[in-house]
Amino acid sequence: MASPSARAQRRTAALLLAPFLVLFSAVTLAPLLYAGWMSLFTTRTSGLGFGGARQVFAGLDNFTAALSDPAFRHGFLTIAVYVAVYIPVMIGGALALALLLDSGLARARAFFQLALFLPHAVPGLIAALIWVYLYTPGLSPVIDLLGNIDFLSADNAVFSTANIAVWEWTGYNTVIFYAALKAVPGEVLDAARIDGAGGIRTALSIKLPMIRPSVALAVLFTVIGSIQLFTEPKVIYSASSAIGSSWTPNMYVQTAAFTRNDFGLAAAASLLIALFAAVLSFLVTRLSRHRSQS
Amino acid sequence: MTKPLTLPAPAPAPAAARTGRSAPARPRPSALLSKAGVTAMLGLAALYTLLPMLWLLLSSTKSRQDLFSTNGFAPGKQFALFDNLGHLFGTDHGIYLRWIVNTVLYAGVGALLATVFAVAAGYAFDKLAFPGKEKLFAFALLGVMVPGTALAIPLYLLAARVGLVNTFWGVFLPGLVFPFGVYLARVFSAAYVPDEVLEAARMDGAGEFRAFCRIAFPMLAPAFVTIFLFQFTQIWNSFFLPLVMLSDKDLFPVNLGLYVWYSSALSQGHPQDYLLAVVGSLVSVAPLVVLFLMLQRFWKSGMTAGAVK
Repeated sequence: MASPSARAQRRTAALLLAPFLVLFSAVTLAPLLYAGWMSLFTTRTSGLGFGGARQVFAGLDNFTAALSDPAFRHGFLTIAVYVAVYIPVMIGGALALALLLDSGLARARAFFQLALFLPHAVPGLIAALIWVYLYTPGLSPVIDLLGNIDFLSADNAVFSTANIAVWEWTGYNTVIFYAALKAVPGEVLDAARIDGAGGIRTALSIKLPMIRPSVALAVLFTVIGSIQLFTEPKVIYSASSAIGSSWTPNMYVQTAAFTRNDFGLAAAASLLIALFAAVLSFLVTRLSRHRSQS
Repeated sequence: MTKPLTLPAPAPAPAAARTGRSAPARPRPSALLSKAGVTAMLGLAALYTLLPMLWLLLSSTKSRQDLFSTNGFAPGKQFALFDNLGHLFGTDHGIYLRWIVNTVLYAGVGALLATVFAVAAGYAFDKLAFPGKEKLFAFALLGVMVPGTALAIPLYLLAARVGLVNTFWGVFLPGLVFPFGVYLARVFSAAYVPDEVLEAARMDGAGEFRAFCRIAFPMLAPAFVTIFLFQFTQIWNSFFLPLVMLSDKDLFPVNLGLYVWYSSALSQGHPQDYLLAVVGSLVSVAPLVVLFLMLQRFWKSGMTAGAVK
């Protein structure tokens, strides 16, 4: 039964949803579909390159080419090492700081929240510029103190990049975890205190399990963000070519498109990265749901 | 993941909304758990976050000689901030100011429109009945799953096809879509706009669209600011998309311009561009930090709304 009111609601919903849905189709779906189409073709130059380039249907060749390219695979290896370094330090640090803020012993809580959170107001590119200057011998006020570590070498690039990300994101996640901690009911904590649990015991056995969903979500967003790593290494790469132009999957995509002019390969690699991120986020979401139900 | 969503009231909520949050009754002799110890650890972390910002501030006041010859965490021999600013705004016929204007257009106008569209869509998903609603919502959430940078090359390829590469629109249009904002707007609409108010408006014979504009939209003002800030930061931060989309310097957002100066300082031996990149970074970060300090509360409410499902 379509009453006038139901009809009015449908009409208004269409009106309110139209701008978002039209644009969403144009700048999210259409590019993905078009890239999917592009990824099925490859450019052949005929003869000696005088005949101009032709687009030839290649099926899934671009995908197999990307997946079998050591440079592309190495990009994912870089991300794996980076995640192994970055997530424990950043999430662990954010948890520790949030628990300290919530311990009832911290002074100047508002100031500390703000100070820790401030790097998040700095765009990633500028954060990377600042740190690369701080990593540069002759410019840096800290390198001499630390005994001349070469922050820009191939071996240290993962740590240097992870440090920039730690600087940008630790405070952000501290604020999220601290907000979650404030939602832990006071009665629970009172009960723990009456049972004789000390501050550290309470933090580890009571507070941490209660904010597990927030932590799981933060880890998920961090992993998705890590797969997309581009800006910070790109800036480091300008300062030192030790890390190579395909050091992360996104750098590989950019190199494939604009250095090798192979758009089919770049499209295929882009889609593989998107797919990888989507599958990973799906799995993590499923796992955390599963965990919280059991 | 079924915690009730608690949104801050438009007035700042008290810091600890629960009882019995005092220090432990018997302070332990452990150094870690003393007031001084906890504050010292937080202080160390704050030092780590603030020192690079201090470096940026101090370096912007130095002459080129001092930048290379004096300690980064100490002032230089001469105070060259105004010379540096003059140099920054004078370089290349004042191109820096143009980059700032571009960025305000990309991020400011772009995020404003993106927020209007997201709030309208989120409200429709929350309050209006129409067929296929949840399917459509799930479809929009797919957009949250696709990482932004993975879209840069596909966007470039499509833009090349329709002739938008190296145009204003090639960077501006993608910023108008914010799927996560639609999700946030739906959550905020459920929390802020009581159904009874809408029912009353319907009884009074107000049209649906009018009810949204006159009644719901004002109630969603705090949500609007939160979603705007999110998208504004995201566009202001974006680097990969403009990098692949733009080659005309006059269209650059400030990030890309700074990057070009910085790489030319390194690769083409233009050491004066070192300072340009430093001072340019400071000038473009300053308004963000001010905005951020003024609107902290909105920022946090969005972050925690996203985190507490």
